[in-house]
Amino acid sequence: MLASEYFVPLLIVGLLLCCGFCLYRIANGPTAADRMVAIDILGTVVVGFVAIIAALSGKAYLLDVALVWALVAFIGTLALAKYLLGKELDE
Amino acid sequence: MNDPNWNEVTGLVLILLGVLFDLFGCVGLVRLPDVYNRIQAATKCVVVGTTLILLGSMVWLASPQAVLKGLLCILFTLLTSSTAAHALARAAHLSGVELWKHSVVDRYAEDRRAAEREEGTA
Repeated sequence: MLASEYFVPLLIVGLLLCCGFCLYRIANGPTAADRMVAIDILGTVVVGFVAIIAALSGKAYLLDVALVWALVAFIGTLALAKYLLGKELDE
Repeated sequence: MNDPNWNEVTGLVLILLGVLFDLFGCVGLVRLPDVYNRIQAATKCVVVGTTLILLGSMVWLASPQAVLKGLLCILFTLLTSSTAAHALARAAHLSGVELWKHSVVDRYAEDRRAAEREEGTA
């Protein structure tokens, strides 16, 4: 008997709400820094989303996607922070 | 017999807790008044939430490769999210984003003013 079948829609709706809140902040954050923070948080939420998909489908190789996503989001956020400081990317 | 699969039940409880943390963090992202409040609320809650979700999927899958990849992913999430949040907060402060009007203390600005004064006298 699978108790998980009842909880799966709850998990998906909860994470989609998270993404919705982040998108709200991206759409009308008053400053550029607000939008960058929301993009960073959205990346971390997506890592959790991929992990849930890996658990539900029972395919462990999907965790590779989460790993790569975390690293790429980190580099992107650092580049955005440099841009906010008004520096070139190799300084 | 309703004998539950305990890997799945434990993983599901951890994932549910993680989603709850994520949700609270994102509510903080929408509700709080300025960039610095939003960074601290959202980053802390979402990092713990994502760590719990990864832990839950590790327990659920319960295979050696899943555990290895999950542990690596948890390590990277803990390291990179806090570093990224620090870099963003510093960049926001240096590029002159205002604090909320009811904020009471700004140690970084005090430190920078003190450093400028020292440079002036030296």
